[in-house]
Amino acid sequence: MSEPSPEQVGAEQAARLLKAWETPTGWRYWSAVNNSAVGVWYTASSFFFFLFAGVLALMMRTQLAVPDNDLLSADLYNQAFTVHGSVMMFLFAIPIFEAIAVLLLPQMLGARDLPFPRLSAFGFWCFMLGGIFLCGSIFFDAAPRGGWFMYPPLTSKYQPGIGADMWLLGFSFIEVAAIAAAVELIVGTLKCRPPGMRINLVPLYAWYTLVAAAMVLFAFPPLIAGSMLLEVERAFGWPFFDPAGGGDPLLWQHLFWLFGHPEVYIIFLPSVALVAMMVPTFARRPVVGYDWIVLSAIGTGFLSFGLWVHHMYTTGLPGVSLGLFSAASTAVAIPTGVQLFCFLATILMGRVTRSTPMLFMFGSLAIFVLGGLTGVMVAMAPFDFQAHDSFFVVAHFHYTLFGGAVFPIIAGFYYYYPLVGNKMLSERLGRLAFWLMFIGFNVAFLPMHLTGLRGMPRRVFTYPAAAGLGGLNLVSTIGAFILAAGVAVIVWDLVRPRSREPLAPRNPWDAGTLEWVQEMPGKPWGIRSIPQIDSRYPLWDQPDFLRNIDEGRFYLPDAEEGLRETLVTSVVDARPLFCQRLPGPSFVTPLAALTTGGFFILGTFKLWSLALASLVAALLVFVFWLWTGTARVPEKQEKDVGCGLTLPLYASGSSSIGWWGVFITMLADFTAYVCLVFGYFFFWTVHADFPPAPVQGPGVLWPGLAALLLVGAWSATWLARRWNRRDRGRACHLGLLGGAGLAALGGAALVAGPLATGLDPTSHAYPAIVWLLVIWTAAHVGIGAIMHLYCSARRLAGHMTPRHDADLGNVVLYWHFTVLTALLTVAVIAGFPLLA
Amino acid sequence: MTRFALSSSPDTASGRRRRATIRATDLALLAGVAALVACAGPQSALDPAGRGAERIAELFWWMTAGTVVVWAAVMALAFYVSTRRREPGPRAPGVLIVGGGVVLPVLVLTALLIWGLALLPSLLAGVDAEPTLFVTGRQFWWEVVYRTSDGRVVPLANELRLPVGRPAVLQLDSHDVIHSLWIPALAGKVDMIPGRVTRLTLEPSRTGVFRGLCAEYCGLSHAHMAFVVAVTEEHEFAEWLAHQAEPASAPASPLAARGQELLLAHGCGACHTIRGTLADGDVGPDLTHVGGRLSIAAGTLSSDPRAFQRWIEAPEQVKPGVHMPAFAMLPQADREALAAYLEGLK
Repeated sequence: MSEPSPEQVGAEQAARLLKAWETPTGWRYWSAVNNSAVGVWYTASSFFFFLFAGVLALMMRTQLAVPDNDLLSADLYNQAFTVHGSVMMFLFAIPIFEAIAVLLLPQMLGARDLPFPRLSAFGFWCFMLGGIFLCGSIFFDAAPRGGWFMYPPLTSKYQPGIGADMWLLGFSFIEVAAIAAAVELIVGTLKCRPPGMRINLVPLYAWYTLVAAAMVLFAFPPLIAGSMLLEVERAFGWPFFDPAGGGDPLLWQHLFWLFGHPEVYIIFLPSVALVAMMVPTFARRPVVGYDWIVLSAIGTGFLSFGLWVHHMYTTGLPGVSLGLFSAASTAVAIPTGVQLFCFLATILMGRVTRSTPMLFMFGSLAIFVLGGLTGVMVAMAPFDFQAHDSFFVVAHFHYTLFGGAVFPIIAGFYYYYPLVGNKMLSERLGRLAFWLMFIGFNVAFLPMHLTGLRGMPRRVFTYPAAAGLGGLNLVSTIGAFILAAGVAVIVWDLVRPRSREPLAPRNPWDAGTLEWVQEMPGKPWGIRSIPQIDSRYPLWDQPDFLRNIDEGRFYLPDAEEGLRETLVTSVVDARPLFCQRLPGPSFVTPLAALTTGGFFILGTFKLWSLALASLVAALLVFVFWLWTGTARVPEKQEKDVGCGLTLPLYASGSSSIGWWGVFITMLADFTAYVCLVFGYFFFWTVHADFPPAPVQGPGVLWPGLAALLLVGAWSATWLARRWNRRDRGRACHLGLLGGAGLAALGGAALVAGPLATGLDPTSHAYPAIVWLLVIWTAAHVGIGAIMHLYCSARRLAGHMTPRHDADLGNVVLYWHFTVLTALLTVAVIAGFPLLA
Repeated sequence: MTRFALSSSPDTASGRRRRATIRATDLALLAGVAALVACAGPQSALDPAGRGAERIAELFWWMTAGTVVVWAAVMALAFYVSTRRREPGPRAPGVLIVGGGVVLPVLVLTALLIWGLALLPSLLAGVDAEPTLFVTGRQFWWEVVYRTSDGRVVPLANELRLPVGRPAVLQLDSHDVIHSLWIPALAGKVDMIPGRVTRLTLEPSRTGVFRGLCAEYCGLSHAHMAFVVAVTEEHEFAEWLAHQAEPASAPASPLAARGQELLLAHGCGACHTIRGTLADGDVGPDLTHVGGRLSIAAGTLSSDPRAFQRWIEAPEQVKPGVHMPAFAMLPQADREALAAYLEGLK
């Protein structure tokens, strides 16, 4: 009898695990989907875009160094500030939050990967493709030049050429990727936590990620809806923002800032999240006021959706609105303050140790607090009448963004680099970089407060000598170059060769949180076995924690079937629910990004038929992706996941992660739809006569019929799932095919309404918005019909059984949203004219 | 040709002021003196010459003082918590979080909000009053129309004159894209939005010449969309307006007379109006009294004959994206004649 020794068993398990999680090599490396690969690509490329936009900033500062300068032409300068702002926001600030979260979140949650690895890879490829396209445009003198908030009518009628289209379509494409990542992060935080990590033990980083990702979900759709309206106006002449056609430029401002303001907090909160992880480590004690921090983060998230009008104080709003939004805008200072004081209290109660990350955090505090205080100043509507659109505001938001995001992120680089690079960054270079950046930043931006109040508006490519702004501007330019030198030092520290340096010790900062479990060098499996958690700082509090993980004594220490697996737990108390199989490397993700990107990029060049072909190709790729990669029927019902626990290998309905993914995506989708409905009622408020006589609405007949047919399609879907569960195959197919048929008829009836009544969308904003609501709804109905056919085919192919019906569960969920959309559309376009 | 200049202002003082406030907050007096110098300027919100700007500047200085105090307090606290020697009591974090994060900000912000919002009615006053001055933003100039008390309409461009001490209600709109009218020395800015009408009240409190500008990015030459505001005594204003209401004066010299002939012959009148002549276009600025203005090309050039020549020859160089075509093909002598005529339209 030769029992293998425990060491031998462990080594065999580790070998199998390693094989399952192996990162592909050679050219296939780019098919990787694991968060440890995708997260690094994502972070590196968003940091690269930061450098690119930074170079544009230096060009602008050089131009402004002296009055009446002609180094840059007005046109190039306008492209430079548009691209600088847009890239910093859409290609750096938001993506780097998601990138760092993709990289770190699974580690912090002791998960092997995020729940939808291919979705993160898809998001990355979309981001990369769109980013290169947008940044490249400035080399061809074809970049957008409408400013990063793209106010029409400047960007509709007055800027021909592809610049504005590139902005609208390119960034919409990237926003879709950002939403995909947000879905991933939310489901990851809610469902992929280690057993025992109840909601009150979740690391603060995960809380912040949850809040910020949820904000992405509701903040980006208004911009996507707005971009769609503006692009349709540019491409097809539907007058949404053109007052000559009954449109209103202010609608864009509402939609844009409904996105734009929460966006600032989407940037800020994840950076605070890094601080929340680092402060306890360097204070050598758990964070003080965990509950306060979580509640304040959530409070900030909510409040941030009620502030957008403070970007519109000078548009001639009534005093009551100004008062309300001034109050709301100052109120947001309170939850922000609470978070800062919690960190200060943590340092007070602990013993702070010196380090480069800590230095950057103190610098961040000094800068951010000033930015926050000037934020309170501009929140006061009277003062904003002067400061708005001046360099004072430029100074203010750079203080908040550098203090609130860039400095914490660089602190994070110095802190987390060992997890990625397995070596330490240089303390000496870090300190040098800090002082250059800190001094340079303040020299550049502190004078700008005064420059602005002495009458320098933002977005001017030059200013006359007589305005008396030369000295201040020269100082700012010098500061900008000192700041850039600091950034250059950091870049050097990141890329310098370090093959001779020793590996970093494991858990080099002596931190207490789960991500520091990682061995040096790190393994692609993330964690050797998924631990049972009963503390916020398990590395400090749980005895023998590392040894138990390393020896595979916790969950999922093995990959017997050679498949990638992680645990899915319940939302509140992190009870293990089932073992989730995760997909491996695949080129389907870059291919899906390429075909989706093709639609947006070809659309930019107005090649609409090619664009549509690319969209159809994308649809096929997605179907292939879903067919081969999702909801597979497992070879057995359940498996032993270790620690004496046996878990199912399949879940459907609300316990499956796919269902959560669909639910969260549809929330974002529905938000975009609500923004279109908002547009309809916005037009109603600005027109005394709406629908404007003599135009008639789409009538009641066709929309009413459409509503009936679509309710039928929804019921058929629901019945099909019921019949499938009872194993009534023929009835199930009947339900699905009938549902598809009813959906097709319903969609056609919907379109028939405005068609039959001859609504011309180019004639006025009213028919235009009616048509857009109809097309939006019909497109959703069409996709719903494809889903019916897909499920029917899955059942025929044996990928869907009475027990394994995750696909159908998700389709029913999709149809809940779609029937709601359809009924609302009918109520608005057919019902509202009867009332109005 | 000289770029338009109003007055020279002490540039270097700004640097002096910054150093003073950073190094020695306790030398507030010195800083205050330096600040007064640094804040002066033809377009400075901190050198107010109007009721609105005065109130806002006062609010600004109080808020700035508060900002400096709060910032210094937070920095001192951060320094203390990271270097403390004495073991803090168990209630210290609670006091810090609730006191610093909730109680103090609620009190300070509530007080600030009450004060700040109390200013709004006075700043928005006149929104319901009958406007006397109509300004339309255009890429990249300002169409100005005065309505006199006896109901006459006086169309002008790129210059405002206001009597001191009397509120003027402006009605603003836009012909093309969104602009924003901002005279930092007099009041806050108000946007000019196509399809909408907005109002702005200006109440100058001292005489002087100030610069106004477009604050909302409006395209290629946003940076060159400015204008001059001259605040004068009531009687000077009345005289000026009466003169502006008159048709253009006849050319005073043979050169100017030739300039007028050329102007009409080359079709300038298709875009510009010179009241009293055949020129009656409404695409570009009214030129009836253009020679009497303090600047041309919307606050970009001074109004001397060489500036007029430069503008006629190459408007695109002065102001990228301008809609006026260049007349560089005209012989030098013709351009001189045109400039002489225009400059003579006092």
